[in-house]
Amino acid sequence: MTTKLLHAVVNGVLGGGVYALMAVGLTLIFGVLDIINIAQGIMVVLGAYLSYALSVHLHLDLFLGLLLTVPAMFVIGVVIQWAFIRPLRGRERTSMSLLACYAVAIIIEGILYWAFGPDYITLNASYVTSSVHVLGFYLPYIYLYGFAMAVALVVALYGLLYRTKFGRSVRATMQNQTAARLIGINVNRVAALTFGIGVAVTAAGGMVFGATSGGINPNSGYDLISRLLAVIILGGLGSIGGALAAAVFMLTAEAIVDIWYPTWSVAVFYAALVVVLMFRPQGLFGRQAARAQ
Amino acid sequence: MRSHRARFLSLGAAACVAAALAAGCSSSGSSNTSSSSTPATTTKAPIVIGASLSLTGDFSADGVNFERGYELWASDVNAAGGLLGRQVKLIITNDASSPTQVVTNYDQLISTDHVDLTFGPFSSLLTTPASAVAARNGFAFIEGAGGAPSVFTTPANQSAHNVFDVSLPIEDEMVPFAQWVKSLPASQRPKTAAYPMAQDPFADPPVQLTQTTLQAAGIRTVYSKIFPAEVPDYTPAADNVASSGAQMVVLGSTDVPTVGAFMKAFEQQHYIPKIFIAAAGPDQGSAFTSAVGTGNASGIMVPNAWYPGAPNAQSQKMVSEYVAKYGGPASGIGADVAEAYSVGQVAAQAIKATGGTDNSKIISYLHSGVTLNSVQGPVKFDSLGRNLQATTFIFQWQNGKFVQVLPVGAAGSVNIVNPKPAWTS
Repeated sequence: MTTKLLHAVVNGVLGGGVYALMAVGLTLIFGVLDIINIAQGIMVVLGAYLSYALSVHLHLDLFLGLLLTVPAMFVIGVVIQWAFIRPLRGRERTSMSLLACYAVAIIIEGILYWAFGPDYITLNASYVTSSVHVLGFYLPYIYLYGFAMAVALVVALYGLLYRTKFGRSVRATMQNQTAARLIGINVNRVAALTFGIGVAVTAAGGMVFGATSGGINPNSGYDLISRLLAVIILGGLGSIGGALAAAVFMLTAEAIVDIWYPTWSVAVFYAALVVVLMFRPQGLFGRQAARAQ
Repeated sequence: MRSHRARFLSLGAAACVAAALAAGCSSSGSSNTSSSSTPATTTKAPIVIGASLSLTGDFSADGVNFERGYELWASDVNAAGGLLGRQVKLIITNDASSPTQVVTNYDQLISTDHVDLTFGPFSSLLTTPASAVAARNGFAFIEGAGGAPSVFTTPANQSAHNVFDVSLPIEDEMVPFAQWVKSLPASQRPKTAAYPMAQDPFADPPVQLTQTTLQAAGIRTVYSKIFPAEVPDYTPAADNVASSGAQMVVLGSTDVPTVGAFMKAFEQQHYIPKIFIAAAGPDQGSAFTSAVGTGNASGIMVPNAWYPGAPNAQSQKMVSEYVAKYGGPASGIGADVAEAYSVGQVAAQAIKATGGTDNSKIISYLHSGVTLNSVQGPVKFDSLGRNLQATTFIFQWQNGKFVQVLPVGAAGSVNIVNPKPAWTS
């Protein structure tokens, strides 16, 4: 039983890394733009399909392919922000942005159906199905690499936000857009770049998701979005480290419950959210009123 | 200045409203109308048939296959001059795999589009609420993918007797498999078995019956749990099965990703069950092999009533037409296509026999004990609309081919691969 429990905890931690890769973009975008990008699920799927296309047609390694898919997704993100989000103004901006993001999701889903059809695909590489034997069970390399990439990305995003001039602009925009404008920050530019970065990091999440799942098709994003939202709310909206911590926490809880009562594992995922929010409405790492404007 | 919490709550509420709105927009908005491309050869009004299918959502791969099956049948009928001299026109709407949306769609098809007949959606999950709408409106509900016991025992069907499933009732679909396992010599018979099941009315009944049968035969159950269906990650459940070390896995799956996730996790855990059968997924032709790989598919079994190589003249004609229209190898055709095509065939025979599209006459005719034919074989309904004539077969992937292996000695059965080969990734 100890081995099972340990295995579940390790599974939860590594699986949390995969979810963090998919969720950090969502929380970053919320932090700066004050919108919930409900197209994040389809962005994950799009990232997976781009990796799939490079892997199948150019025989590029999945991780090497990220050198192309991440910049491509950045451009896609900037274009989406410019075309769909930036024009939204006024009091209804938040609610309208939800519909705009949903429209984006529908469009991308349609394009993927058109290009790849409804059949399921998976991303394959030697490290996707191979594993290393540790502590009495096997750890798949893809999860180990995915977790390492999640930590590296979170660190890189922290470096970007706290060690660069652009990062200062982003943080100023997060705190107060009006004040940021007054001190000369081009808020529109910051918003576009941030949206692009948020979508770009999702390319990495999509690749790992596509490699770890049993099969995805253009519709697979819808099952993800509610879980990703739960992760970023629990972590604290706008908190990048919080997204990683929350993902690890929720996936671990789910994996442990799965040993005895798998039927309830999903419920626990959301129950954990409710319980934490009762005591910390701002989430695990969110700061109360830090972003109030 | 608003507090962060208040802003979060308003955003959350807005997100929920938008998601609900958007789901509704998607489901009804993406509806499409299709009809046969064959030019009409008569001035009579067409026979309009409505169906809701999961063209997006969790069942989209199956839904698209079903759409192809319906359209292929309509195309064949129209090319032959239609039914009673009338062309067939299909109205297919998208329910996005939602049991709520499917109700709205059938309400709309019957009340607004005034269809003459309704065909069923994909999955028992959607057939149950959809058939109640049809019953309320006095419509026969001929369907091909609602074989769960719960579909037939609804109060609506027990009252209206309007459901007719042309396919196999799923509860008994693994019986030949259980009989085969029991018949194995002691040295080959597995000692332990795992029964992971998705929480779905389709997936669980055959697995539970198999478990009961094999437990009684002395095969020890080392894992038997129900896990949530359609979650993005099945790894924890699959790892628990792998750690049980069961020699046989009977998976209550609903689709390809479920089976694929279990197979991937098994391979990662260096776990190779000697026998592996899944309730659904491996029957989806290329949709399955493209996800799991042709090599890894070898040895995987699945119950069904049809396969592309079935020695049935009607089936062979349908297969060749499908390949001509949609391309790909015959082995890539999913069983959904045949199930949908069979729905059309049974409806056509009922329309011809009753001389029209009077639903009450069609219901009476289908309950008259008549034996009909379809690409899946003979069809004869009991009082609740189950197909009494459906024959259960077990199929297995062998070196990229989907072949019938059970019952042993039945026409078309080839030798079963046992034990399952190692994973090949």
